[in-house]
Amino acid sequence: MDLLTILIAAVFTHNIALTYFLGMCPFVAVSGNLRTAMGMSMAVTFVMSLAAAVTWPIYHKLLVPYDVTYLQYVVFILVIAALVQIVEMMVERTSPFLYNTMGVFLPLITVNCAILGVTLFMVVRDYSYIESLIYSFGSGIGWGVAILAMAAIRERLRFADLPEGLKGAGITMIIAGLMAMSFMGFAGILNVH
Amino acid sequence: MSIDLMNAFIAPLVIMVSISLILGLVLVIASRFLAEYGPCRISIKGNKDVEVIGGETLLSSLFENKIFIPSACGGRGSCGYCKLKVTSGGGSVLPTELPYLTPSEVVDDVRLACQLKVKSDMEIEVPEEYLSIQEYRAEVAQSISLTYDMKELRFRLLEPETINFKPGQYIQFHVPSTNREVVYRAYSIASLPSMAGELELIVRLVPGGIGSTYIHNLSVGDEVTISGSCGDFFLHERSSCDILLIGGGAGMAPLKSILYSLFEKGSDRKIDLFFGVRAKKDLFYLEEFERLAKEHPNFTYTYALSSPGEADDWKGEKGFIHLVLERHLKEGEKREAYLCGPPLMADAVIKVLKEKGVDPSNIYYDKF
Ligand SMILES: Cc1cc2nc3c(=O)[nH]c(=O)nc-3n(C[C@H](O)[C@H](O)[C@H](O)COP(=O)(O)OP(=O)(O)OC[C@H]3O[C@@H](n4cnc5c(N)ncnc54)[C@H](O)[C@@H]3O)c2cc1C
Ligand code: FES
Repeated sequence: MDLLTILIAAVFTHNIALTYFLGMCPFVAVSGNLRTAMGMSMAVTFVMSLAAAVTWPIYHKLLVPYDVTYLQYVVFILVIAALVQIVEMMVERTSPFLYNTMGVFLPLITVNCAILGVTLFMVVRDYSYIESLIYSFGSGIGWGVAILAMAAIRERLRFADLPEGLKGAGITMIIAGLMAMSFMGFAGILNVH
Repeated sequence: MSIDLMNAFIAPLVIMVSISLILGLVLVIASRFLAEYGPCRISIKGNKDVEVIGGETLLSSLFENKIFIPSACGGRGSCGYCKLKVTSGGGSVLPTELPYLTPSEVVDDVRLACQLKVKSDMEIEVPEEYLSIQEYRAEVAQSISLTYDMKELRFRLLEPETINFKPGQYIQFHVPSTNREVVYRAYSIASLPSMAGELELIVRLVPGGIGSTYIHNLSVGDEVTISGSCGDFFLHERSSCDILLIGGGAGMAPLKSILYSLFEKGSDRKIDLFFGVRAKKDLFYLEEFERLAKEHPNFTYTYALSSPGEADDWKGEKGFIHLVLERHLKEGEKREAYLCGPPLMADAVIKVLKEKGVDPSNIYYDKF
């Protein structure tokens, strides 16, 4: 499977947010405003790529040889959480600009299911190291595309006259459903499993 | 077989332990070199300078130096009470602060002290009234259960021995915690300013809540630390306007303080209390208010149950408190309204009050 296919699949046809419905809490919580959504999607893309880059060698060079692959859940979560914390400290120390735009979101996504999901898919689909990097980066971009689209829709929705009970999370879930259906249109482009 | 078995147990164990160890080590080293910012000086305009170790939030740094900034949400960035003017050393505004700052505040260098970390020397301005907030040691003198989840607690102040406050204000309760940061929660004062050596609180147990669980587990004689008094929700004593007291949930404490101090002053302002609870098991102070209403012809009280149980046999008002208020309140009456309760309730009540022609500048509220 060539790398381009993996990338396109990750962004569109197998969008982590809209086909697998992973990472829904930040998706609903921070999609109210385009600027914060932008920061969040940068943070997610960054952490996903990093998580795959680090967990791949741990899985293939440590867990597989010792035949303890069932430890992957615990190990991945631990590693990702620690990693994100260190990266957050680093960003905060070195670049106030980066910290302002995406750093503050980092702690919110350390234990996010989309991140863990990507690393687990990487294992299940038996990607090579390069493929994993491309896949995780693409998944981050895909999640970003989804939340940015949602934020843009919700910014316009502010002027809509919604029933009281639907405001906020309610209508967001419905829109996410509609968006997921429209993303199904991409499924014809290619097919990967 | 036995070697296989050993391996099956030992390999995962060794791997887990070593991974955790390595990660822990890396984190400790990283936080030593990355998250500590050395000593920083915070200059408070027109007042003293304080020396702190950088890396913590401005709020907790000031707190350690006994400068108490109101912070109702305990530093989660969800109340917007901890605003301070930071004239230098603050860097640019963080996205987590923006929801609570108006555009003019952003221009004015106003920041949320609980979000901003101290990383370099800073110059800040702290309002006079915050600097007068003191820390008190107190001892539990009495603890009574009002309902299954409400307790009325009385504290005797030990050091300093008296506290100054206005009816309606709150204190911050310091909750001991295992790590370095202090946990603090706001609780309104239910007692009268004239009993300056004592404080009464009415605290509802929030399941799993850090502060409320700690307070509910206190017993007589236990020593606690508080700081206060804070808040711009208080009784305006000079006015002679008739009064509405409206509350729900845990919002009884400040209303009680306001009510009793009106009686104490012998005020003849008309006072109507509306209080909403869920069911009969949440009711308290019924007899007390009944007695007060007999003694004071200018006082009436109305309780409303929003979802009475089957067996509740309740003849009084039913429904949400704002709807009950809507039925009782006449259009165009001149009133001063004090309300205290959950945000949704407060918003609904404010809407009804405005519709009935109550002047918005006469509506005072605390939401929690
Ligand atoms: C100005 C002011 C005055 C206050 N006065 C009083 C008072 O007189 N009496 C009183 O009992 N409380 C009062 N409070 C609320 C109090 O400060 C705490 O927020 C409350 O006791 C919960 O703290 P906790 O540490 O127990 O819970 P936390 O550990 O902070 O929270 C535990 C969980 O409960 C949730 N939670 C927090 N607060 C509530 C709530 N109110 N209802 C439902 N779920 C909640 C949280 O989201 C969290 O998931 C006041 C708050 C303010 C801002
Ligand atoms: S303490 Fe509540 S917002 Fe800062």
